Amino acid sequence: MAVVRSRIKTLKIDGQDVGAHEDETILEVARENGIMIPTLCQLDGLSLVGACRLCLVEVVGWRNLVPACTTYVEEGMEVITNSERLQKYRRMIIELLFAEGNHVCAVCVSNGNCELQWKAQKLGMDHVRFTNQNPDRRVDMTHEHFVVDANRCILCTRCVRVCDEIEGAHTWDIFGRGENSTIISDFNLPWGESPTCSSCGKCVNVCPTGALVEKGKAAGEMIKRTEFLAYLTKMREVKK
Amino acid sequence: MVKKTSQRISVASLDDLVNVAGASQEQEQQYRYHICICVAAGCISQNSDAVRDALIAEVEARGLEDEVQVKGVGCMGLCAAGPLVRVDPDGIVYQSVTVDDVPAILDSLENGPVEKLILPQDIPFFERQQKIVLENCGIIDPEAITEYIAAGGYLALHKALTEMTPSEVIDVVTRSGLRGRGGGGYPAGLKWVTVAKAESETKYVICNADEGDPGAFMDRSVLESDPHRVIEGMAIAGYAVGANKGYIYVRAEYPLAVERLELAIKQARWAGILGNGVFSTTFDFAIEVRLGAGAFVCGEETALIASIEGRRGVPRPRPPYPADYGLWGQPTLINNVETFANVAPIIRNGSDWFAEIGTEKSKGTKVFALAGQIVNTGLIEVPMGITLREIVFDIGGGLPDGRNYKAVQTGGPSGGCVPEQFLDMPVDYESLREVGSFMGSGGMIVMDDSSSMVEVARYFMEFSMTESCGKCIPCRTGTRQMYDLLSKVVAGEASQSELNLLVELGDLLQNTCLCGLGKAAPNPVVSTMQYFEDEYLERLVDDNGSADEPAGES
Repeated sequence: MAVVRSRIKTLKIDGQDVGAHEDETILEVARENGIMIPTLCQLDGLSLVGACRLCLVEVVGWRNLVPACTTYVEEGMEVITNSERLQKYRRMIIELLFAEGNHVCAVCVSNGNCELQWKAQKLGMDHVRFTNQNPDRRVDMTHEHFVVDANRCILCTRCVRVCDEIEGAHTWDIFGRGENSTIISDFNLPWGESPTCSSCGKCVNVCPTGALVEKGKAAGEMIKRTEFLAYLTKMREVKK
Repeated sequence: MVKKTSQRISVASLDDLVNVAGASQEQEQQYRYHICICVAAGCISQNSDAVRDALIAEVEARGLEDEVQVKGVGCMGLCAAGPLVRVDPDGIVYQSVTVDDVPAILDSLENGPVEKLILPQDIPFFERQQKIVLENCGIIDPEAITEYIAAGGYLALHKALTEMTPSEVIDVVTRSGLRGRGGGGYPAGLKWVTVAKAESETKYVICNADEGDPGAFMDRSVLESDPHRVIEGMAIAGYAVGANKGYIYVRAEYPLAVERLELAIKQARWAGILGNGVFSTTFDFAIEVRLGAGAFVCGEETALIASIEGRRGVPRPRPPYPADYGLWGQPTLINNVETFANVAPIIRNGSDWFAEIGTEKSKGTKVFALAGQIVNTGLIEVPMGITLREIVFDIGGGLPDGRNYKAVQTGGPSGGCVPEQFLDMPVDYESLREVGSFMGSGGMIVMDDSSSMVEVARYFMEFSMTESCGKCIPCRTGTRQMYDLLSKVVAGEASQSELNLLVELGDLLQNTCLCGLGKAAPNPVVSTMQYFEDEYLERLVDDNGSADEPAGES
């Protein structure tokens, strides 16, 4: 008799026994079971990049921490999502982001509706020990409806991915290397002059911070809506 | 140099190989003397090409064209004494040769050696080395496939294709114990098996020649001195894993290596060694050269693959590993230049021969580039397990002007500094790791007691900072913060709490970064703090900002 391979895996996440399909990642299974792992670059409906490192988890017996978003489940795996060590690392990563950019919540249109701010609150990052880099990056108001303030950008690349993968325009991309990386529209044209931008606003809605916002909003008024992404993903799956 | 048209040969069989080798040797024997001059980048930077041209002109002026052959060869190793000229058959090597020395060298053919220029060959620099990868370097003309064949080249590829199955080839490589020479030391055979087992019609072989560590020039020398060896290794690997296409990803900063590689590929294609039906078998193999655009991170395999594909050179999380999902989503074997350069000798001489060299877990030899405060700057190849003391003080000739040894930095920006107490440690992958350093690709920078280790750490942190791709947060922002903190220490403005923050950041980067660049970036800091903690502490100020004691001079 042929040996049948099970496509269902059982594993433990934070001591809780869970079942999963072999095509699921640790992050997906954790969420299904009400275990919340913080993420920033990940967004349902977009490709995975594993860049923000917030969702790093421990797997018992593994030498390295692994990103929950890009690691598939395995039979018998024991995942720890919330150890002290992980919390400390996550806090430090948020702290580094605050030091890198211009994240002054009080004057930001996204104040109160910002994923970076939520993460900082949730992870208990209450002060920044690092030198503020005070970047002097592009603020571009040339677009008819939208504004980009690269000083508030955390380089999660959600805008790049949604524009490329969902809208199909690929207006956004990353320019430069390391700390000089910044988002650009087309070949570093002013956004308002972009020949590829369809002004759909998807990038604005997936942006986790106040880097991409609508014009005419005052502090705290910008509310992002990402529901469209889940809807589009679902509709496209049906079509397949 | 050999005329390029004479390199349009065809080799379809073993007989052809033997005939080409014979003809090449016969041609050599027509001459009574061979004057070989190094034309690799080290000596060229000291005007060896002008010396070569002067030698050719002088030979013609004296009407000795039929007796004396002047040929450019690859690296002879002792770059510090360049330009190097060797006169065969006596094997006399002259150092620091200038155009003015040319007449004297030609006079010497009749009158005996030019004493003032002689570089003695019985010094430890030459005697303590064991050459496998560099066996042809400095001997053959890198622009002549016939000379490579005359030195036994392409016999291993012929043997693999006609006498061995792919799994037998892999078996030999596995049993030889060869480990990846790019730094990590992953067993080559294991990587080959994985790619061979991956199910796909299309597979690729990539040679990583994006050598970027400061002070490292091993791969460059191999490519400039013996490019056919790398091609042969790649073709054997292609046969073993089932790939028909190879890419050599070489940095654009190595124009001479690129030129010689492209010429070598062309010659191999003319000869029927690359292309369809290699050696008239059913195996097809083509190689293409791709140039890097100056990003250090493109030495990381997933970033390298992205770069070949024409995308932005940033790493992606692994797994999936390239062996499973590599170039254009196909199974891909990536090895470094030196790894491929070891393959042909292993196939030719067998796995036991190779496994006898080196230590229990690290087999074979390793090429190191000696740089920094050392008398014999240059390229060496030594068996694994040799001690650092032998490398630095015997082969390297010690430090110049009687200076005192302080540390040797290995592994580039991913490595660490090895202090004096470990000088007698055998050099292999494991022992270097144990002392907080890293084999890396083989750069060794020797430092004397005038070096400030905090500044050394800051130098490497600056390197990692500017070379970070910016994709993951800990590397992009963490290297910047670590650099700033180190600058404060150097300036004598840092406090103990800031030093603690530096340690915390180091731990964060080592554990959370996406790729090896960020994970290893803190290593120079960690190792200098471990062995030279005093240098950090003596520069600290009180937390309230006043200096405990005078800070360091710089």
